[in-house]
Amino acid sequence: MRDVAVIGVGMTEFGELWSDSLRTIWAKAALAALADAGVDEVDLITVGCMSPGLFVGQEHLASVLADEIGMAGVPSARVESACASGGLALRTGFAEVASGLSDTVLVTGVEKMTDVDGSDATYALGTAADQEWEGFHGITFPGLYAMLAMAHMERYGTTVEQLAAVAVKNHANGLLNPHAQYHLKLTVEDVLSSTMVADPLHLFDCSPVTDGAAAVILTTVERAKEINGKRPIVKISGSGLATDTITLANREDLTELKAVRLAADRAYAMADRKPEDMHVVEVHDCFTIAEIMATEAIGLFEPGEGGAAAAGGLTALNGKIPVNTSGGLKSKGHPVGATGVAQAAEIVTQLRGEAGQRQVEGATVGLAQNMGGSGGSSIVHIMEVVK
Amino acid sequence: MISPGRSWREYPQRYRLEAAKCSCGKVLYPPRVVCPSCKGDTFETIVLPRKGKVVTYTVVRVPPAGFTEQTPLPIALVELMEGVRIMVQVGDLADPDELEIGMPVRLEFRRISWDGDAGLIFYGHKAVKS
Repeated sequence: MRDVAVIGVGMTEFGELWSDSLRTIWAKAALAALADAGVDEVDLITVGCMSPGLFVGQEHLASVLADEIGMAGVPSARVESACASGGLALRTGFAEVASGLSDTVLVTGVEKMTDVDGSDATYALGTAADQEWEGFHGITFPGLYAMLAMAHMERYGTTVEQLAAVAVKNHANGLLNPHAQYHLKLTVEDVLSSTMVADPLHLFDCSPVTDGAAAVILTTVERAKEINGKRPIVKISGSGLATDTITLANREDLTELKAVRLAADRAYAMADRKPEDMHVVEVHDCFTIAEIMATEAIGLFEPGEGGAAAAGGLTALNGKIPVNTSGGLKSKGHPVGATGVAQAAEIVTQLRGEAGQRQVEGATVGLAQNMGGSGGSSIVHIMEVVK
Repeated sequence: MISPGRSWREYPQRYRLEAAKCSCGKVLYPPRVVCPSCKGDTFETIVLPRKGKVVTYTVVRVPPAGFTEQTPLPIALVELMEGVRIMVQVGDLADPDELEIGMPVRLEFRRISWDGDAGLIFYGHKAVKS
């Protein structure tokens, strides 16, 4: 396999972008990444997008978007793994460059979620869960994660205050990210007094509905050295993909995100790295419990210790291992198909030393963990500065 | 919403709690064409027991379309036998806060949801305190 570098990143502001269509949002992110990389031609475009059919009534997205920036004719492929579609787009691009099928790839993620009302958005997101055997009974996405939270609380004594601590931390980080949807300082009391969505998850335990797009440019490390002057070169040293049962009914252990553990193990093995080597980490905090369970599954903490770690400040910007410096899905926003690419963009920005006020000093190795549904799929990438 | 064909296809599982028992002993609900445990394809039809206990639960306070008249909506994952769990609503609770992990329940045939005034009515099973 060839070594693969990320030579450009770009993203839109995340939020309710009423004046922009899906294709406009996507084009802005794609062009920003191409400009950042100093590249104007690519061999392939990958598009991570969960459900353009339900959110904007448009399929065949890979061709629509290639054409949008004057690249009709260029190979383009949309990939889908629910909320992990962006991570899958990155892995697809990585595999193309690593294998030699492509030399330069424009990896993108996008979701336009506010062209439908809340009920339709809830329905579209719900299609990532098992519709026939679980959705049929009225369970929602927050409901599925609430069930995982209940099991985690029962087994490990995780508390609602620990869940709230994740939201407080990520909103504090989001205050330092100009692209974030919410610039809102929260307290534990704010979270616990917000509307109950599905016991024990309050409104501020949940990530929002968001429009946004993100993009990165991949090429070989060899080529990156030729074209990338003074900035540190960041390579993708590990990529892991895994699945788990879609239904909670078929999970052997409701307190572990098995797909996340398997994807992380595979990425660590490829990169020859361990959890303790990480300097900065982005995890898929679609709900606060998801961050707690993800930090356990990727090996930052022992099973059951993720809640105490978050409440104890270990994952804060100045903590032992900063998690979700971007603000995470909670504060930065969660345009589902864009999220996995935006996480990678944050890690690259950190490793380049360009994260401004939220910079983790001296970070040279980082990890991004993206997840589909209630853990039915997960994708983990490890990135590091090329010495 | 669910089409008549799709609803009809699922009657054996929804109405009668029919499951497939593989020759290796694994019970599949719903049935599949291959056993995920032994990869075998020889099954007999069995009916699931109606008694079980709550493995985990939530109370959905912001419901999806089709369930707005049933809010708050207690939902539980119920273990009916070793290795067989089912996602169901919990009915007849005076207060949803009564729900707890480990609670013994039994399944009863109930109306689950309905598609407006003129559409299909969907039946299945709900759990009640046992």
